[in-house]
Amino acid sequence: MKDLSLHILDITQNSIAAGADRICINLSVKGHPQMLVLEILDNGKGMDEEFVREVTDPFKTSRTTRNVGLGIPLLLQSANMAGGELNIKSEPGKGTALEARFNINHIDRIPLGDIPETIKMLIMANPDISWTIRFSSPNDNFVLDTDEIKQYLDGVSIANSDVLEWIQNTIADGIKLVYGGVLDEVN
Amino acid sequence: MKSIEELKAIRDRTLKEMSIRDNEDKMRIVVGMATCGIAAGAKNVMNAFIDELNKRNINNVTVSMTGCIGICRLEPVAEVFDATGEKTTYVKLDAEKARRIVAEHIVNQKVVTEFTVGAAER
Repeated sequence: MKDLSLHILDITQNSIAAGADRICINLSVKGHPQMLVLEILDNGKGMDEEFVREVTDPFKTSRTTRNVGLGIPLLLQSANMAGGELNIKSEPGKGTALEARFNINHIDRIPLGDIPETIKMLIMANPDISWTIRFSSPNDNFVLDTDEIKQYLDGVSIANSDVLEWIQNTIADGIKLVYGGVLDEVN
Repeated sequence: MKSIEELKAIRDRTLKEMSIRDNEDKMRIVVGMATCGIAAGAKNVMNAFIDELNKRNINNVTVSMTGCIGICRLEPVAEVFDATGEKTTYVKLDAEKARRIVAEHIVNQKVVTEFTVGAAER
C-alpha cells in the first residue's frame, strides 16, 4: 500500500465485515522520537486469542479462514518498514482495537495520502455506521463525529453529495490545523 | 470545525430539492474494495464514479463498496445494477473507464461491452 489512507480504507473493511456499527479512526502524533499512531477501533464481533495471533500471518490465515487475507500483514509491513509496530487487541462479542505505529522521520514511513477522500468514501458507502475521526498532535486536536453531524441534517442523508463534500473539506481543514508544520507532507 | 452554518445551509437547500427526486428508479454501482481492489487502484475508480456523477448532477445512483468479488486478477472491479436488478460486471478499471461507464451505461443505458468481464475473459 502506497499511503496510510489506503491502509485505513482496507482495514476498516475488516471492521465492516465484522458487523461493526461504530468505528473510530484516530490518528495522532506523539512521543519522542515522534511516532505517528493510527488506531482503528470497532464494536464488531471481535476475534478470539488464537485468531488474533494468526491474523498477522498472511499464509496461515489465508489458508484457514476466508475472511482474512493480506490487509493486516501489509499494514504490519508498512509499520515495520518505518521502525514501528502493529498491535491488535480483540475480544469476541466486544470489538477490536488495532494500533499501528510509525516513526515519523523514518525514510520509509509512508505518507498520509488523501485521508479526507478516503473518509468521504467510507461514509458514503456506509452511511449507517457511526464514524468518529480524531486527529491530534502537540499542536492541536480535531474531532468529526457523524452522529453529531446527523443531528443537524434533519433527515437529509449524510451520503448526500453536498454533505459529503462539506465533510471532506472539514477533514482537510482538520489535517492542516493539526499536522501543518508537524508532518512534512502537510503545509 | 468548518462552520456548522454551512452544513445547515446545505441541509435547507437539499430539503427543498428533495421532493422532486423522490421515488425515482435507483441504479447502483458497487466497487470491490478489498485489499486486492485497493492495491490495484479501486480508490481512484470509486472516486471517479462519484466525481463524474456529481459533475453530471446525477442523484439517483448510489455508489457503494463491497469486499473481494473473487476475481482478484481482474481488479479493480465494479458492478453496475440497473433499476431492474440486472447486473453488469466491469473489470480492470481505471478512473477514465469509470467516467465512460457513467456516460455510456448510466446516462445512455448502453453497456460498455469492451470493459465487461465477458470481454476480458475471452
